[in-house]
Amino acid sequence: MLILNCPYCGRDKDETELAAGGEAHLTRFGPGSSDQDFEGYLFGRANPKGLHFERWRCAAGCGKWFHAARCTATLEVFGTYKAQTLEPPRVIKDAITAKRPGWSWRNFS
Amino acid sequence: MKRNSVFAVAREAMRQHSGWRRTWANPEPKKSYDVIIIGAGGHGLATAYYLGKNFGITNVAVIEKGWLGGGNTGRNTTIIRSNYLQDPSAAIYEKARSLYETLSQDLNYNVMFSPRGVMMLAQTQHEIRGYQRTSHANSLQGVKTEFISPARVKELCPIMNIDGPRYPVLGAHWQPRGGSARHDAVAWGYARACSDMGMHILQKTEVTGINQQGGNVTGVDTSRGHISCKKLGMVVAGHASVVADMAGFQLPIESVPLQALVSEPIKPCMDVVVMANTVHGYMSQSDKGEMVIGGGTDAYNAYTQRGSFHHLEETVRALIETFPMVSRLKMLRHWGGIVDVTGDRSPILSKTPLGNTFINCGWGTGGFKAIPGSGWGFAELMAKGESPLTADFGLDRFRAGRFIDESVAAGVAH
Ligand SMILES: Cc1cc2nc3c(=O)[nH]c(=O)nc-3n(C[C@H](O)[C@H](O)[C@H](O)COP(=O)(O)OP(=O)(O)OC[C@H]3O[C@@H](n4cnc5c(N)ncnc54)[C@H](O)[C@@H]3O)c2cc1C
Ligand SMILES: [Zn+2]
Repeated sequence: MLILNCPYCGRDKDETELAAGGEAHLTRFGPGSSDQDFEGYLFGRANPKGLHFERWRCAAGCGKWFHAARCTATLEVFGTYKAQTLEPPRVIKDAITAKRPGWSWRNFS
Repeated sequence: MKRNSVFAVAREAMRQHSGWRRTWANPEPKKSYDVIIIGAGGHGLATAYYLGKNFGITNVAVIEKGWLGGGNTGRNTTIIRSNYLQDPSAAIYEKARSLYETLSQDLNYNVMFSPRGVMMLAQTQHEIRGYQRTSHANSLQGVKTEFISPARVKELCPIMNIDGPRYPVLGAHWQPRGGSARHDAVAWGYARACSDMGMHILQKTEVTGINQQGGNVTGVDTSRGHISCKKLGMVVAGHASVVADMAGFQLPIESVPLQALVSEPIKPCMDVVVMANTVHGYMSQSDKGEMVIGGGTDAYNAYTQRGSFHHLEETVRALIETFPMVSRLKMLRHWGGIVDVTGDRSPILSKTPLGNTFINCGWGTGGFKAIPGSGWGFAELMAKGESPLTADFGLDRFRAGRFIDESVAAGVAH
């Protein structure tokens, strides 16, 4: 059972209490954008075997959306963080670097 | 290759089975091939087979990182049906189903195709309307299905409790020539026929990189060295995004675990395949007597080939109301496979941004039934650059908005 800590209410939640929301940090494109950008936003997914940034909702808890950094090959969780950010905070990045040196993700700084 | 026949069985019985030959060869890789297929699952092997059989292209290697048929092809619950809503789906799945009818004779290998009938239960008003619509569509597509009454359901499958209380059975979408086949035998039969045509099946050989020059593919890097090719087919199911990434493009796919389980073997009690999509469970009985049960996918991306335990619990719990006898069964084994789910729940059989490179993926939770039709169409696409069977399944449909939306037709699609 996957257990994630909700960064809003601070509780450890089992996956049965959470709703998965797919890849995080996608740039939203809407009306007026190119077909390519809109397709990428709606359907293009990194879907890596390894480090993945993703959205989760504390569905049976405080109800908030948050983010998690997780490995899809080992199910290891590197950390969770609040959703109001375009990139993970330093501590999460450092936690990932400790385990996966040299990692990168789309256009993160 | 010696032909399999009743005489061969008799002959071998007379000499303690000492004369059976290896089913396929285990060759050393050549430096180059006309065509390389990555992935020796059912779809990859069927593609190679029809490249040889229909187009005379036999300088082919099928490269597999594990053992052939060890991916989703050897992990699925073997439901075969073609009762889809959209015309392009009905065409390719019905092509596959009809090829299954004579596949054992064609391959000279018993794939144990058993057209015992598949029923998809309607347990809500919404499902009644949905399945009636699909069966009307099937009539127009020339796929023989019908919507049947609860009484007929009970007659065809007496172990079912159709009275609810939570989800009474209100009817079913019935395809009498749907059924199942032996999944391993499908992979083995195609592999044997490919090997017989001189093709190389390279097991325990992982593709680690894709080489290109001037926008065209030139070969692949593998754990056993570099191998060149003129054309490349990627047929790796759950690992589609990983292999596409080697070629520098992204796919509209997410990879998630899907699980199945089997019970202890019991006496014959159910001679049809039943799918209950509202409660997310489906069941059939194998020739060994095990009840074969499958459920829904995990909600989040993973490549772990196991999946979360609570899904098994939910699946079995859901089936108990409709099949009360399940509550007395011991479950023997459970396992998972990584399925490649696309944005519109339909597969991708397509050219790619890399020249002379083709991709066949996105079959998700329901591609076993499609293996012969998919191999047939994809081989044509690779040989000729186009195929009527695959035309609507291009990667460009996501940009153009021409979805083949089967997800509205069936929440789960095995
Ligand atoms: C539990 C479960 C139940 C299912 N039930 C049904 C059902 O009832 N009916 C139905 O129609 N479908 C069902 N499916 C779906 C079906 O199994 C798949 O759609 C189908 O088997 C896919 O076949 P494939 O040949 O594309 O993939 P696979 O059989 O997975 O083959 C792909 C191969 O590619 C290899 N590979 C990957 N990466 C590399 C690499 N880098 N180098 C070399 N080789 C590589 C893998 O090792 C693998 O062997 C089910 C799936 C699961 C998991
Ligand atoms: Zn919370």
